[in-house]
Amino acid sequence: MESENKTGKYFLALALIMLILGLVFGVLAATNYIHPGYSKSWLNFSQLRPIHVSCIVFFILIGASGCVYSGLNFIAPNKIKKPISFIQLGLWLIAIFLILFAYLNSEFGGREYWEFPPKYSIIIAAAWLLFLINFIRVVIKIKKWPVYIWMWMTGIFFFLLTFSENYLWEFPYFREHFVKDMTIQWKVNGSLVGSWNQLVYGTAMFLMEKLTENKKGAKSNLAFRMYFLGLANLMFNWGHHIYTLPTENYIRYVSYIVSMTEWIFLARIIYMFRQTLNEAEKLSHHFPYRFLFASEIWVFLNLMLSLIMSIPAFNLYTHGTQITVAHAMGTTIGINSMILFGACFEFLRRNNSSILKPSKILNFFFWMTQISLFVFWITLIIIGINRGLWQMGPQTDSFSTMMANQSSLFEIFVIAGILLMIAMIAIAVALLNTFFRDTFLKAKVN
Amino acid sequence: MKENWPKLIFVTLVLSFFTFTFYLYTSTNFIYTKEYNRPIAQRGELIWQKYNCQSCHQMYGLGGYLGPDLTNIISAKGRSEAYVLALVQTGNTQMPSYNLTEDEKKELIEFLKSTDASGVSDPRSFKINLSGMITKNGK
Ligand code: HEC
Ligand code: HEM
Repeated sequence: MESENKTGKYFLALALIMLILGLVFGVLAATNYIHPGYSKSWLNFSQLRPIHVSCIVFFILIGASGCVYSGLNFIAPNKIKKPISFIQLGLWLIAIFLILFAYLNSEFGGREYWEFPPKYSIIIAAAWLLFLINFIRVVIKIKKWPVYIWMWMTGIFFFLLTFSENYLWEFPYFREHFVKDMTIQWKVNGSLVGSWNQLVYGTAMFLMEKLTENKKGAKSNLAFRMYFLGLANLMFNWGHHIYTLPTENYIRYVSYIVSMTEWIFLARIIYMFRQTLNEAEKLSHHFPYRFLFASEIWVFLNLMLSLIMSIPAFNLYTHGTQITVAHAMGTTIGINSMILFGACFEFLRRNNSSILKPSKILNFFFWMTQISLFVFWITLIIIGINRGLWQMGPQTDSFSTMMANQSSLFEIFVIAGILLMIAMIAIAVALLNTFFRDTFLKAKVN
Repeated sequence: MKENWPKLIFVTLVLSFFTFTFYLYTSTNFIYTKEYNRPIAQRGELIWQKYNCQSCHQMYGLGGYLGPDLTNIISAKGRSEAYVLALVQTGNTQMPSYNLTEDEKKELIEFLKSTDASGVSDPRSFKINLSGMITKNGK
């Protein structure tokens, strides 16, 4: 036990710190909607938004890396090469530091979601390459991969691939025509999100296997069919982001058809709901499971929204509105963050100790997260519907009047956001507390 | 064989993905409807990124949500190059004021001309079909 491999835990701890930063900056950014320009003299919205989004993206990427390492350590104990993973972690720290510093100095140069100066992307790519090497070294020795190893492999590999593709615009050839440029950019963004989803969903599969002790599920044909459906969507559904770009029709058709296969995911959730409820009854005392259950509900809600948005006729109304934001934050918070929280509760405790039994207070913050997120999400959808009707209508009101008319909705959005921030920070702090006690006070306790 | 079906499907999907990507990269079916200076516009796009206009503004509905879509700002009613430059210089309640060099101004404007020439971003310019698909009006 002495040599317990803590690699994954360090990644998870760093991820939680990024989450806390991301939440605080989300609220700071959002306040601009109700007090226009309030922060202009110290940090304006064009700095706050990328800080928020980058911190959140790093939370998901680093958290997912931590989950993969922790999972691998269960599957093949002590096989992870520690020096590689620590250099990887070090590179992440350097990248985070440089990127936040750049934002604070209003140095940009990148594109949406990756607005930092492009040169820093090399550090992230290097960290990711080390991750790929470390991962392959371990899994190559495992026979007959369960589906979650396929998913992790896919996620790591495609992230590296699409992250490089993300910078093709550096070559003027790819900027020759604006529409083509945008098409490639949104192909990339779609696949990047798809890649980290593979990492996170793979983790959820792994956790379910561990919690239910059912080893067959992750090797079943059904699991593989679902994986391939996910992979096909990662590769081909991105066009639903750009239906309104004047591109060629085949791009629209491919993504429309591929996106509609997601109805199968929805049908599966409904079909399996009985079983999910049974599991919930058996496992609800278990805190990690509770987050996985919450993520399933959010998958259901967000899938319905995504499916509607993926029908081009509806997309004309939802595109470019806060419905897109509801979709982006609904999935990253409701699905990705819930699974990552569940994983942290499972992985950050020491060798089966149960420090994180759902105390009353944690239970309270769990519910506070769910309820405030629901209000947050619905409010964004309503704001988005209003904007969608405006953009498809005669536009007799100007843009700023349309926005000003929604000020009370924006207030609800910000208040729900503040509650969400408090609840999620409370959970993150509880997790970090366990980590620090475990790691740095261990010598004293034992 | 039965064991190997996941590998087979995986390889098929990956190959289709690369084919699709390659086709997209090399396809040249994009046209512009208006004149503008291409190299200058290409540099202008980097100015747009350098000042992170995308955090508040959209192009074809993509970008931040605080400000309006600017794809066709150059040809919008009551707007002009001078108007854009003046606004960028002074800013407004939300928007910071920017001190662009003369070159940067020229490049930014040329970029906005190129986005304008690339098509119309107004979603009302589409017709909805029965299948749920959309097509550009007049095409
Ligand atoms: C912090 C957010 C923010 C940033 C960053 C920003 N803008 Fe704006 N901008 C706005 C808002 C909000 C409006 C709309 C004000 C209104 O309608 O009252 C606006 C309006 C405009 C308009 C006028 C649109 C119209 O229809 O009248 C132009 C042109 C413009 N911005 C260009 C730019 C450019 C170029 C940049 C980058 C150099 C930029 N903006 C950066 C927030 C921003
Ligand atoms: C874990 C928690 C959160 C995650 C994962 C998250 C994720 C994201 C993502 C992915 C985006 C980009 C959206 C897009 O461009 O469509 C975004 C934007 C944004 N988020 Fe969050 N977010 C979180 C919490 C919050 C909170 C608590 C607030 C505070 C109210 C907030 C406010 C915002 C704002 C204002 C934007 C910019 C939207 C715009 O351009 O106007 N977020 N967030």
